[in-house]
Amino acid sequence: MTKSRLRFLGQSWLFWLAVCMVFLVVQWVMMPRMTEFRRTAWIVFPCIMAIICLGLNLIYGFNGQFSLGQWGFYAIGAYTAALITYHWAERISYPVQGIILRVPPLLQKLIPMAEITLFHFDAGKSLVLFIALLAGAVLAAVVSLGFGYIVLLRLGSDYFGIATLGFTVIVQVLIINSDQVIPETKGARGMVGIPQMTSFFWAFLFLILTIVIIRNIIYSSVGRAIISVREDEVAAQAMGIDVLKYKTVSFVIGSFLAGLAGGLYAHLYAFLSPGYFSFVRSFDPLIIIVFGGLGNMTGTLIATFLWAISLEGMRIWLPQGFEAWRFVVYPIALLLIMLLRQEGLMGRVELGFLRAPKWPVPKTLLREMKPQAAPVGAGNPQPAEDK
Amino acid sequence: MPPPLFLKREEESVRKMQNALNRFIPFLRRGWYAVLAGLLILLWLVGRFRENPVLFAQFMVDGIRLGFVYALIALGYTMVYGIVRLINFAHGDVFMVGAFTAYYATTRYHWGFVPAMLLAMVVCAFLAVVIERVAYKPLRDAPRIAALITAIGVSFFLEYFTALDFVFTPNFINYTPLPIKFKTWDVAGVTFSNIMFIVIAVSTMLLVILWYLVYRTKLGKAMRAVAWDKPTARLMGIDVDLVITFTFAIGAALAGVGGMLYVIVYPQIRTFLGVMPGLKAFIAAVFGGIGSIPGAFIGSLLIGMIETLSQGYLSSTLRDAIVFSILIIVLLFRPTGLFGEAAKEKA
Repeated sequence: MTKSRLRFLGQSWLFWLAVCMVFLVVQWVMMPRMTEFRRTAWIVFPCIMAIICLGLNLIYGFNGQFSLGQWGFYAIGAYTAALITYHWAERISYPVQGIILRVPPLLQKLIPMAEITLFHFDAGKSLVLFIALLAGAVLAAVVSLGFGYIVLLRLGSDYFGIATLGFTVIVQVLIINSDQVIPETKGARGMVGIPQMTSFFWAFLFLILTIVIIRNIIYSSVGRAIISVREDEVAAQAMGIDVLKYKTVSFVIGSFLAGLAGGLYAHLYAFLSPGYFSFVRSFDPLIIIVFGGLGNMTGTLIATFLWAISLEGMRIWLPQGFEAWRFVVYPIALLLIMLLRQEGLMGRVELGFLRAPKWPVPKTLLREMKPQAAPVGAGNPQPAEDK
Repeated sequence: MPPPLFLKREEESVRKMQNALNRFIPFLRRGWYAVLAGLLILLWLVGRFRENPVLFAQFMVDGIRLGFVYALIALGYTMVYGIVRLINFAHGDVFMVGAFTAYYATTRYHWGFVPAMLLAMVVCAFLAVVIERVAYKPLRDAPRIAALITAIGVSFFLEYFTALDFVFTPNFINYTPLPIKFKTWDVAGVTFSNIMFIVIAVSTMLLVILWYLVYRTKLGKAMRAVAWDKPTARLMGIDVDLVITFTFAIGAALAGVGGMLYVIVYPQIRTFLGVMPGLKAFIAAVFGGIGSIPGAFIGSLLIGMIETLSQGYLSSTLRDAIVFSILIIVLLFRPTGLFGEAAKEKA
């Protein structure tokens, strides 16, 4: 048991190395621009979007439940987290003096700064942010548990999608009217006064956590059950899988992630408007996961970053006076991609860490198996991917 | 394995609980409490009616007017879904194009009401056929989600492309002058307008024509056959692609008329006009059982009335939330809508 676990970690060291490298490189590129917010948001926002999309991919891509409710849970998480930090972030403060490193003149060509401060942050505020994010995510998960259990019990396929679309609309309408109960949200005018606390560190941290959690769920027995529900509900039930339970589990996990992303979003722009949470935007995550390939984590990640960066980048790339063409170019690109690659960007190919882990085969099993059958058992044990 | 003869006390209590739950589930299935809730709502409505009959009648009249407009859009949704199992999100924007066509025909070129309506029908039908050929037909054998994404893409394209300066306009337009002189009559305190009668008359006429087309002609028979079973219909010599194109065209023509009537009732036009009525009509189609033509009609009337009544009596800002809550609750009791047949789909 311990041995296999150690080996399992051994397979993913490259992933952790890559994570550290990416973080350091992005941080290095961003560091001189930290003070200028709009130069960092373009990379922080895709991280947030990727969390939502991975959650939706678990619900729709892996479990096959067509959901448009992700945006509603995103809104719930955003408003919950924002309300907590709105009240508490100013009151609790515990600054930690970090290390200040002087940059030698030779290195200053590489890093255009005189000094770098490391580990310089406010522990109290960070704790409040963490709690707020968690609270938003947990509230989203609780709501999704109630909603999902009732709705998943009766509805499937398109009708579930319609019910969740309705959920998104209901959440938006409630937010618009929420100032009658909670005056801080300011209803339709949009909530202001949220501390701007989401840095690249937070978004990246939660993105990596999300990737690891989703990946480990997918390649566990729970994940196989979730995938089997997508492939054939009746067959899964015949094999003794509690279909409703696994549908609810994936729905709740996906909504939890959406709530988490909502909290991050609220503290990124420090402004929440109910218009942003309209049902029209709820198609964005769906478009991304279909574009990346349903049930494909690598594809989702790549598609999110491509989508977010090219949509923002079009503001710069399109010639002067053609800014209104942004949303004309976007649907055309969407159409072309869908017509040319229906199975999504990556199809069924997972890369690196996100591939199925190679489980060590017990020796007793190897001895029992015939020589020509051995590679099948030793290789990929999950059947859903090769359909 | 036979059940053990002697159960432990804990197991017995668990068994008892399970039995109680099992007895509870048929109770849920039978839906007595749904009937009870329906009766309560009816009682509440009767109370409201006795409180102020004139106001109540006015709300009903407005609801029916709105419902007939929704019906024209909902029929397109429901027919397309019935045949190709596609939620055609671009339908709301075809509706918007119909509204703009009618607006330009009547104000800039001074066409009459009927020619403008016919023009809107033709333009919308043509647009829908183009959309179907370009965006949906190549994806007919792909997974359904691919066509849904292209439908969303087409919807975005129509909204933002028509919002460009040289196409339509990015701004709100007030529909003046209306092609019909606005007249109202008071009958026992309830206000009727001639627009309402025109809406109802035109919608009813089109619905009768549609009914004749679907249930009394060869084309309608082919449409129903394709909706029932596509491969077998093809084996019987039906040109399935042609039938699907016709369905899109008919649905879009109805939506074009719907767009014209909608902007006559609410005379403000912009390119995002189709989003909300499109969604409402879609809900109405689902409410009545998507894929069923009478269902879409009755669902639209119900949604129109629920909307005006909740707006009038409960809260105008919470209107959409109420409509959607009712939709979700109805779907929970009748998962395929009021008149829908159980779907025989296989992923």
